Amino acid sequence: MPNFFTENEDIVFNFKTMDLGRLARFMEEDFRFAKEVDYAPENEQDAIDNYRRILTTVGQIAGEFIAEQAESVDREGNTLCEDGTVRYSQGITKDLEMLGKAQTMGFTLPYRFGGLNCPNLVYTMANEIVSRGDASLMNIFGLQGIAETINAFGSEEIKQQYLPHFASGKYTGAMVLTEPDAGSDLQACKCRAYQDSNGKWYINGVKRFITNGCGEILLVMARTEEDRSDGSGLSLLLCERGPRVKIRRLEEKLGIHGSPTCEIFFDDTPAVLIGERRRGLVPYVMSLMNGARLGIASQSLGIAEAAYNVARDYGHSRKQFGVTIDQLPAVRDLLVEMKISIEAARALTYECARVVDHERWYLWKTESDQADSFDKDTLKKLKEDSRKYKRLAAMLTPMCKYYSSEMCNKVAYDAMQVLGGSGYMKDYPVERHYRDARITNIYEGTSQLQVVAAVRGIASGTAGKAFEEYQAQQWPVELADLVAIQKKGGDDLAEALAEVKKNGIEYMDLYGRKIVDIGCDLFLGYLFLQQARNCDRKKEVARRFITTAAPRIAANCRLIKSGDRSTMDKFELIVGKFDDSVA
Amino acid sequence: MGYDCVVMVKQVPDTKAVTAKAMKEDGTVNRAALPAIFNPEDMNALETALEIKDQYGGTVTVVTMGPPAAFEILRESLFRGADRAILISDRRAAASDTLATSYILSCAVKQLPKVDLVLCGRQAIDGDTAQVGPQIAEKLDFPQVTYLEKLVEINGKHAVIKRNVGNGWELVKTSLPALVTVIDTANLPRPSAAKRMMKYKKARGYAEIVKEIAGDRDPQDPAIKSQIDAKVSELKTKGLFLEQWNLDDIKADLQWCGRDGSPTKVHRIQSVVLKGAGHQQFASTDEGMRNLVHLLIEDHTIG
Repeated sequence: MPNFFTENEDIVFNFKTMDLGRLARFMEEDFRFAKEVDYAPENEQDAIDNYRRILTTVGQIAGEFIAEQAESVDREGNTLCEDGTVRYSQGITKDLEMLGKAQTMGFTLPYRFGGLNCPNLVYTMANEIVSRGDASLMNIFGLQGIAETINAFGSEEIKQQYLPHFASGKYTGAMVLTEPDAGSDLQACKCRAYQDSNGKWYINGVKRFITNGCGEILLVMARTEEDRSDGSGLSLLLCERGPRVKIRRLEEKLGIHGSPTCEIFFDDTPAVLIGERRRGLVPYVMSLMNGARLGIASQSLGIAEAAYNVARDYGHSRKQFGVTIDQLPAVRDLLVEMKISIEAARALTYECARVVDHERWYLWKTESDQADSFDKDTLKKLKEDSRKYKRLAAMLTPMCKYYSSEMCNKVAYDAMQVLGGSGYMKDYPVERHYRDARITNIYEGTSQLQVVAAVRGIASGTAGKAFEEYQAQQWPVELADLVAIQKKGGDDLAEALAEVKKNGIEYMDLYGRKIVDIGCDLFLGYLFLQQARNCDRKKEVARRFITTAAPRIAANCRLIKSGDRSTMDKFELIVGKFDDSVA
Repeated sequence: MGYDCVVMVKQVPDTKAVTAKAMKEDGTVNRAALPAIFNPEDMNALETALEIKDQYGGTVTVVTMGPPAAFEILRESLFRGADRAILISDRRAAASDTLATSYILSCAVKQLPKVDLVLCGRQAIDGDTAQVGPQIAEKLDFPQVTYLEKLVEINGKHAVIKRNVGNGWELVKTSLPALVTVIDTANLPRPSAAKRMMKYKKARGYAEIVKEIAGDRDPQDPAIKSQIDAKVSELKTKGLFLEQWNLDDIKADLQWCGRDGSPTKVHRIQSVVLKGAGHQQFASTDEGMRNLVHLLIEDHTIG
């Protein structure tokens, strides 16, 4: 009876070492809720114990129940019924029922709406654990950000009306953004919303690729300002599933078969406005997307962990040349690389979640009514920290989404490699993990888009500042050589960035991926060094990671500094001129 | 209308987690070496009761007999949705066999105001007797339906139960109140509910409070006693005090309890070590499979 939390040593390691007590103090507002809510914790230990118990329950459900059904979910998929409703696979329906009974559908919602008031970090861990059971289930379980968005920006009336039903698991939601002509470029959104003479809102238009578009509550981005064709003409509206929300089609996909991907026609659908007009894309959808990106990073972890475990087991049982194949150097190398890259992506993703928790707390602290009660210096310091965490979160979110989803694809690929022909067959779950992995670096913003976002954080000095802070810490002697390698890498990156700045924005985007790769390598080096303080095994992991990253960083720096623009300048010469007359 | 259900649960050593230390030299179970868990089929019985409550309303009361450590499974019952949880704990109940145990549990049921259905797991994984449920029914003079696989209908004064009879099933209609024993295929027990877990993890019974506060000191010491009393009343106000009954509370006749009330005498304990006594190989062909199935039928392993 596997438990995907208690039996995953690295998740438990992170759980124990990531100062959840501090996050609990943030979330519990110094434990004031315990007086009113009978299940709210009274102190740090109490809160951490709650987090452990909740994750243990989720880990048990994922290991014993969700994972058992994942294969049948993959085969069955979803059904678009004649009456226009969508039926989940039996497995997904049962999974959701189970998670609802476990009261885990309102992970981060406040107590007053029936939520668990958990920090984002704990929810991120839960998302990983659920995804390891069934990646496609996470697309529904992991949509709790929708309720969070309503909580952050909706009116009190809307919150009261909907949030308790999200927390109880009665409602699931969808974020309804993408259109046929508005994918990565969401500003091009054409779907419109208008008000009648009584001020009631209605939505008209087509949306596609909508994950769980059949959910009860849809958050729809639509154009409310006819005279504005850019992002500033967009608002966010909430509508309920009903006869005027028509699911026209379910996509047939490579993977995540349990997750229904809908094309929706909004036919004068009644809706209510969330927050203010014209703030739909920025900041509401951006905030929603950032949460979703962290969600995909954790989904990627879960898929990779699932694939790795199959490969690890297989490698230890499959005999060739008279030995189990995990004794062969080539296979061994695959397994070690897989394991370390999962731990790396986990470190980055959890760190991002931790930073997001800080960002939210500092924002609340500096912008709520209580801000007036601080003296000038305290407030100044708080605002400084608030800006720091905001910048860090803005960089780490795309960075961990990029790193984790690319890692997941590589691990699933290598897991299949370990299994060889058997892995290519449906007899083992690796081919499912391989298919499920492929979407992670595409949706919620492709890797290329994440790089565009992350590279700006690195170029603006956010990463460099973080590295300086790490360098300034006291490090144990046995890690000194690794800290020095990290220092060298940081200096090289700074030098390369200076070169990039002379060459302009286009050059920066041309080498964006290499810059972000260096940024990830260095950040991960520091995160592993932090982990190494508490654990001998992690010392070895840090050593291996940093020493193999160093030549990679050096090579990337050389390429960045090369000044080579052939991709842009010699494009047509190399790929050939496109013949527009043949259409 | 709602139904008032009583579920009998037992804390057992996890026989699946058997290690070399699981058996003492004399062949008896070394309980200390095995983790204590909620007897699996009792969890199915609890689930059946909770499903009745979900659908029709009513209450679920969980009763267990055992040492104070068994408060843990009462908390686990509360995490899943039980309304009330009672531990029967009394040194005079030690060494009770199934006859004495069922007598004691039946006395406890008689103390409850209204009972429509008593639910037990089919059997516990430590003793594997499957006797306690049926014996409770006899002592309460309730009709009993064993091996419940599905509650087909419950309707005021009657219940229709599908019971597994090994090679098939039968439908049994019984009057209420009744006692049923539930098998593991009846349902999938629900997980702990997070909010209930966050609340009821703090529930404590008297013996636990005494141990936590007094430790090795004398609980009758006035200073310590007042602390204990304060804690009890605090937990009672919060609805977190677990009930603990002794044999006097349930008006049990002592001659039917514990060693005196237990006619079962252990004659001999054998340590049976299974040895592979030869094996037979069958070809992986239709013919080979036919021969294998034929042999298994002859052997009465299947069919």
